[in-house]
Formats: sequence, structure tokens, C-alpha cells
Amino acid sequence: MTEHLPVLQVVVPLIAAPLCALLRPGRAVWLLAMVTCALCLLIAALLLDRVLAQGVISYAMGGWPAPWGIEYRVDAANAYMLLIVAAIGAVVMAFARTVVEQRIRLPASKQPWFYATYLLCLTGLLGMIVTGDAFNVFVFLEISSLSSYVLISIGRDRRALTAAYQYLIMGTIGATFILIGIGFLYVMTGTLNMADLAARLPAVADTRTVRAAFAFLTIGISLKLALFPLHLWLPNAYAYAPSAVTAFLAATATKVAIYVLLRFFFTIFGAQFSFGTMRLDAILLPLALAGIFSASVVAIFQTNVKRMLAYSSVAQIGYMILGISLVSVTGLTAAISHLFNHALMKGTLFMALGCVSFRIGAVSLDRMAGVGRIMPWTMGAFVIGGLSLIGVPMTAGFVSKWYLILGALERGWWPVALLVLFTSLLAVVYIWRVVETAYFQPAPEGRATTGEAPLALLVPTWTLALANLYFGLDTSLNAGVARRAAEALLGVGP
Amino acid sequence: MNSETILPLALFIPLLSAFFIALNDGRPDWREGATLLGSLLLLGVVFSLLPAVATGARPTVDLLEFAPGLPLRLSVEPLGMTFACVAALLWPLNSLYSIGYMRGNQEQHQTRFYICFAIAIASTIGIAFAGNLLTLFIFYEALTLSTYPLVTHKGTEEAKQAGRLYLGILVGTSIGFLLLAIVWTWVVAGTLEFAPGGILAGKIDGPLVNVLLALYMFGIGKAALMPFHRWLPAAMVAPTPVSALLHAVAVVKAGVFSVLKVIVYVFGIDFLKDTGASSWLMWVAALTVLLASFVALTKDNLKARLAYSTVSQLGYVVLGAALATSMGVIGGSMQIVMHAFGKITLFFCAGAIYTAAHKTEVSQLDGLGRAMPFTFGAFLIGALSIIGLPPLGGSWSKWYLLVGAADAEQWALMAVLLLSSLLNVAYLLPVPARGFFAAAPAGGATQIPIREAPLACVVPLCLTALGCLWLFFQADSLYALLAPITVR
Repeated sequence: MTEHLPVLQVVVPLIAAPLCALLRPGRAVWLLAMVTCALCLLIAALLLDRVLAQGVISYAMGGWPAPWGIEYRVDAANAYMLLIVAAIGAVVMAFARTVVEQRIRLPASKQPWFYATYLLCLTGLLGMIVTGDAFNVFVFLEISSLSSYVLISIGRDRRALTAAYQYLIMGTIGATFILIGIGFLYVMTGTLNMADLAARLPAVADTRTVRAAFAFLTIGISLKLALFPLHLWLPNAYAYAPSAVTAFLAATATKVAIYVLLRFFFTIFGAQFSFGTMRLDAILLPLALAGIFSASVVAIFQTNVKRMLAYSSVAQIGYMILGISLVSVTGLTAAISHLFNHALMKGTLFMALGCVSFRIGAVSLDRMAGVGRIMPWTMGAFVIGGLSLIGVPMTAGFVSKWYLILGALERGWWPVALLVLFTSLLAVVYIWRVVETAYFQPAPEGRATTGEAPLALLVPTWTLALANLYFGLDTSLNAGVARRAAEALLGVGP
Repeated sequence: MNSETILPLALFIPLLSAFFIALNDGRPDWREGATLLGSLLLLGVVFSLLPAVATGARPTVDLLEFAPGLPLRLSVEPLGMTFACVAALLWPLNSLYSIGYMRGNQEQHQTRFYICFAIAIASTIGIAFAGNLLTLFIFYEALTLSTYPLVTHKGTEEAKQAGRLYLGILVGTSIGFLLLAIVWTWVVAGTLEFAPGGILAGKIDGPLVNVLLALYMFGIGKAALMPFHRWLPAAMVAPTPVSALLHAVAVVKAGVFSVLKVIVYVFGIDFLKDTGASSWLMWVAALTVLLASFVALTKDNLKARLAYSTVSQLGYVVLGAALATSMGVIGGSMQIVMHAFGKITLFFCAGAIYTAAHKTEVSQLDGLGRAMPFTFGAFLIGALSIIGLPPLGGSWSKWYLLVGAADAEQWALMAVLLLSSLLNVAYLLPVPARGFFAAAPAGGATQIPIREAPLACVVPLCLTALGCLWLFFQADSLYALLAPITVR
């Protein structure tokens, strides 16, 4: 049984999704989805445990050995990613039931479809991570993308529809570019297996086709991960999607795209080709810095807090790309560690906002005045998530910030280190605007005096909030394993 | 129990106490009982560590590992021991005073107040016992954040603005400069340990030493070195027990303590003396001492005057550290202790005056001393100690600082120190003078009845005033405790 873990990771949610759609509306659907997510988390934890103990696991789909069959290949990097996605998937699913029942634009009879779509999205994300086959990445990318367009479009605000449509257009362009890139690689090497590609590419590396493939893949993946200036779909999509969906996508979707970037550039093309020959770092570094700076500044001027956090996500993606463009073990550790830490902090923040919108029906800054007094637990979680976003010590965010600055100073890039520190102060500004409004301003006229959010929302929110604190102190997973993943990607590790 | 097992207790007792305070939200007596019990337990724990440290032991405990070779480490050395003793001695007194003050003024959100207070003390202990720079930084930030709700306690627009300045300067400097300096140190030295003699000698040279020192000194915003001192007067909007905590026990002392730690154990005074990197710092500190004193002269609001006095007195500590002589460092360390007792007395008195008579300005105090003789008497003692007159503790720290300046042959700085003492006289003594000698405002009765603040306020301030006197006779043992810190 345990040798089938890699495939079960994908098959379990894939089979559960149609089952959800077949069930009658009610609690049973959610329970099935919840159990599925929990199983996924369990499988991911077991996989990580095995990979750390035994090294790389290779699984041949249907018994066809690679490079002919599809190979699922799990090393430290993707076992770690699987854990992030599965964990967030499970926590947000626990949060989602109350939101789905009361806060989205779906009649009760259609609610099972939400869970089905959610599980499909999870399937796609997990599949992109676990697979060792380049074309398979594309297939799962489309599964997750199509389902995420649907998930976004069911937000209460009608603008969710245009946001989803915008994302659909941009996402499809991105996916197409990725497909073209993979196609070119197939033309040149005759293989789609990642390990096989890595072995065959150096022989044909100096051709225009491979370079074009590289360019298509770079742009396609950058669109999916919302690298500045290709991020324009993100703020609207995050702002108008239902809060559970935003929490789930913000914490996972862009992260998986970054993982794909790492896989293609480090494993398939190799760091030497990507950064030595193609000088990708010279492109990524300025874009990352521009993204960090401009998105942080834009976030300060937002009045819708969800939108503000969406822009903050663009900035945080910049930090990850910055870590990658350092092309060192420390830099990659920072990037990979931040994938995890950012999932925790943004998950917390968006879920806390979900609690707020559940009670007062809005998350604009003026409507949130005085919320800290009537919803102390919700805003407590928000403050913890915010501190983590700022990178205050004893929160997860500090861990990634530490490695990022360390990486920059190791390379002697002083201005970069200074900019990272300066932009964390910008994060102080935009987070503290919310904190001050929530705690110091009197409640606006005419807002119903409602109480704290229900426990069904608070428990998942606080689970992630406490995880922020826990992983700020015990860094064996989010820095220790991240380092092993970085070493695996750079090919310098044991 | 040996020291290693006791050490983490010092951190967990205040946290546990915060937890029990939270549990007893609706029961004020239980809640404040938890505060007092926690503070007394902490006092016992901290002082039980003292004998071992005085005989040269350095108990060390690793809590967990942050990165390979970089643990969260608690370790006790004489400087930290001294600071922890000050905090542990003053917390019970401050708690007692808080009870009197908060009840006397019917403040809101008292549970939140006591919880944040206990967490702030835990952070202070964490700073005092930090075994490396990372640990110090972590607790330093925790202290900023846990005191933010205390500073903004009143929840008014003014409190919000003050909180903004408080957080802006302290977080801005610590993330912008201090964190950068720490990571830089880690990159060049490969360690963040506090080691006798420093860890930087030979790892960095030239003008970069100056840059790194500046990053540290301005990064430690809590030391209120000009021009990053504005948060301290702004924070005066907080309730008085908080001001006392900020000024005497926790926040500013954590700042200058960190300055001393960095200079003694990271740079090493020999290294600083050889490179001459700290000479600019002496002048910045001297300027802070003088300018802040002049500003204090112009303030009529009592708490604002005391706040600028603190900025000035903190400059002494930085000055002592910047001298890079043994005597200077010891004088600076003593100044932490002596100023703590003196300034907490003054703030307690200011709060007692506010509670009993609702007076906040110096010009309103005429004749009040006859109604509140204990309060004004204690104020006089505290003021004299800060000025540095025998037989009060403050005279020793000033003495060692002067010796340190003489050792370094900085005659101009000696003049600054003496001039500043005169300025202290000019801005502190008018308060008791007006209280005792000036005629009460017209219409007042000739025979003023005694109207002191509640007993819970008056007893602590008398005790801290007596503490100033007691410290004068403890200088020898303090010197003996502190002497080893500059020895490699």
C-alpha cells in the first residue's frame, strides 16, 4: 500500500470529486470532502516522512517504467510542497462549510458542486507537484486552473464574474505558452519525462528552439505565478472570490506555480543553463524588486482590505522570486521557506477577513472600524497573521526574511537587503492601518452589533494563526526541509 | 535545583502569570493576586541565580535551534544578571503601584493591561538573559509589541498617534538597521554569541566598523539616542505605571542594556579602542545628554519633563559604553541600576500627584508638597539620586563615568557630564521646591490637610526612594559583580 502513496495523493481527491457531485446537498457532502482533504494531508505527511528518511521515491504509473510511462517522482522539494498544499487544503475545507452554506451565490441544491470543484482544484495542484512528467504538469495545471476560475466566479459580488473571466484569459494564455514550451522541448529531445529531459537537453541546449522553449516557459509560468508586471489578474480575482476560495488559492495556487518554475529551471534546464547561459536572474531580479516595491506601495492605498492583501501577495511573490534570483542555497532556502510561511500568513489573514465579512458583510476599511472590540478573537488572528507578514521575530515570516537578507548579504548585494528591509516597513504601514481602524475607531453608524464569528470559522483560522507562531520558533520544517529541498534543486546536497 | 533548570523558569513565570491573569478576567482581586504572586516568584528565581553568577558561573540553556549553529539561547552573565535583578525588584513594586493607580483612576481594560505588562516583563527577562544576538533581537521585538497596547491604553486619538510614533520608530529602526546589522555580523563573524572580548575583532576593518556600529546604535531605538528619541516623550500618553515601566524597568533599559551588550560582547572594547570607531558615538551621546536636558528645562508638563530627563540620562549609558574603557562600561552599567530606581520613584510620584490632586503641570504644584509630604519627599530623594549626590545611588554611576572619561582622557566629555548634572538640578529640583516652599494658590487654606494618594501608590514610591539610599551602600558588591565583564 505505502508504495502507492504518490499516486494515491492524486487519485483520492480525483475520485472523491465526482462522488461529491453525486451526493445530495447536506452535511454529508462536506464530510466526504473533509475526509478526503484529511486523507490527502495524511498521505502528504507520510510521503515527506519517507522521502526524508529514504531519499527520492519514483513511481511508475500503471507499471510502465520511465521514460515511456508517466513517472511520479517525489524528492524533498515536492514532498514539502505537497505538505503545504494538502495542509492548507484541509484547513480551508474545515473553514469552507459555513462560508458555502451562507455566504456564496449558490442555491443549496448546487452546493455539492462547490466541494467537487474544490477537490478538483486540489487534485490539479497536487498533481502538478507530484508528477515527474512535463506534459502531465500541463494537464494538471489545466485541471486546477479551470476549477479555480469556477471557484472565483461564485463570489457574492457580481464583479467576481469579470474577475474570473480576466483570470481565465490570462491563465489560458499562460497555460498555452507553457504548452508551447513543452512542445518545443519534446520536438528537440523526444521525451517528456523530466529526468530524461534533463539528461538530453545539454546536447541540444545551444539551439534556438530550446531557447524559445525557455522563453515561452518563463513567460507562461510567470503569468500563472503573477510575477510583476504579469500580476494584473490577481488583485481582482482574490478580492471578489469567496473568502474560503481566496484563502485556498492565495495560499496554494501561486505557490505551486513557483514550484513549477523551480522544477523547470533547476531540474530540467539546470541552474547552469537557466542562470549561466540564459541569465534569467538578470530578468527576475529587477522584476522581483519592482514587484515588491510597487505592490507594497499600492497596497497601502487600498480601501478594500482583501484587495490590499491581494497586492501584498504580489509583493510577497516578489520576495520568493528574489530568493530564486540569488541562485544560492541560502537564497533558494529563503524562497522555498517563504512558500510555506506565506501560505500560513496569507491563509490566516484571508480566513480572518472571511470571519469579518461573515459577521459584518464587508471588508472595506471604513466598515471594519471598531471590529477589534466586537470580534477580538478574529482580529487577534489577523494581528498574528499581519505580524508574520511583516516578519516580526517569533513568527514564520521572520524565518524567510532572515534567510532572504542573509542570502542577499552573502552575495554582497547591499541595496537588495536594504530594499527588503524597507519594504517590510511598508508592510507595517498597510497592516497597521487595519489594526488602528479595527481597534481605535468607533463603529460606523448603522452597522448591526454582531458578536464574534462562529467557532466553525474561528478554529481553522486560529489553527493557522498558531502555526505561524509555532513555525517561527521551530524551524526544522520550514527552514530545515526547505534547505534540503534547495540543495536537491541545486544538485549540491547529499 | 541547579541554575540551568531555574533559568527557563525566569522566562516562564511572567508568561504563566499572564495566563492566570487572563483566566481571572472578571475577578479583579484574583487577577491582581496573580500579578503580585508572579512578580514575587520571579524575584525569588532571579535572585537565586545571583550567587552562582557572582562566583563566575555562566548558566546556559538552549531552548531550540533557529538555524544550524544558531540556537535560541539563554545565558546569564553579570551585565544581564544586573539588569534582570533591577527588573525583578521593580516589577512587584510597580504591580502594587499599578493596583493603586488603576483602581484609583478607574481605568478601563485592566485585564489587558496586566496581561501585556506581564508579557513585557517576560520579554525583558528574555533580553537580559539572551545568550546571543538573535535571542536578544527576538525578545527586543516582543517587548515593543507587548508594550504597544500599554502605550495606546487610553484608546484616544492622541494615544493612537503616540502609538504610531512608538511603533514606527522602534520597529522601523530595529528592522531597518538592527536586523541588518545582526545578519551582517552573522555573515562576517559566523557567530552571534556574546563572547567576552567580542566576536568582530579581525573580521571587519576600516570605515565599515563605523558603519556597523552606527547600524547597531541607531538600530537599538529603545536607547533613545538622538535623533531617534521622539517615541519616548510621545509615549507619555500612557497611564503612569506604564511610563514608569517604560522608563525605569523595561523598555529604555532594554535599549541601553543592548547597547552595552553589543559594545562589550560583540565589538569588544579593546577592538573599539584600537579602531577608534566609537569616538563619533561619544559626541552623539554627549549631544543627546545636553540637548535633552535643555528641552527638559522648557517642559512644564511633569511627565514630559521626566521623559526628556530620561533621554538625557540614557545618553550617559551610551556615553559610558562609547568611552570603551572598563570604568566607562561599569559606570554605564551602574547607571542602568541607579537611574532605574531614581526614575521610577519620580514617575510614581508624578502618578501619585495625578491620582490624588489631578495635577499634571509643574506650575500647578505650588504648595502641594505640604499636602503630600511623602510623595514630594520621595521625589526629592529620587531627584537627588539622578543628579548624583551622595548618599544616594546615583552618585556612584556618575563617579565611575567620570573616572571612565578621565581614563580615556576625554576632558571635554568630563565637562559635559558636570554641566549636565547642573542642568539636572535646574529641571528636577523646582518640583519639590515648589511643592514645599511656594505659597499655595490664592484662596487655599493656610493649614492644608494631608491628602496623599492611595496607600498602594505611596508605599511603593517610598520603597523605591529608600532603594536609592540602599544602593549607595551596595556599590561595592555591584562593582564586584560587574568587574569581570570587560575582562577577556
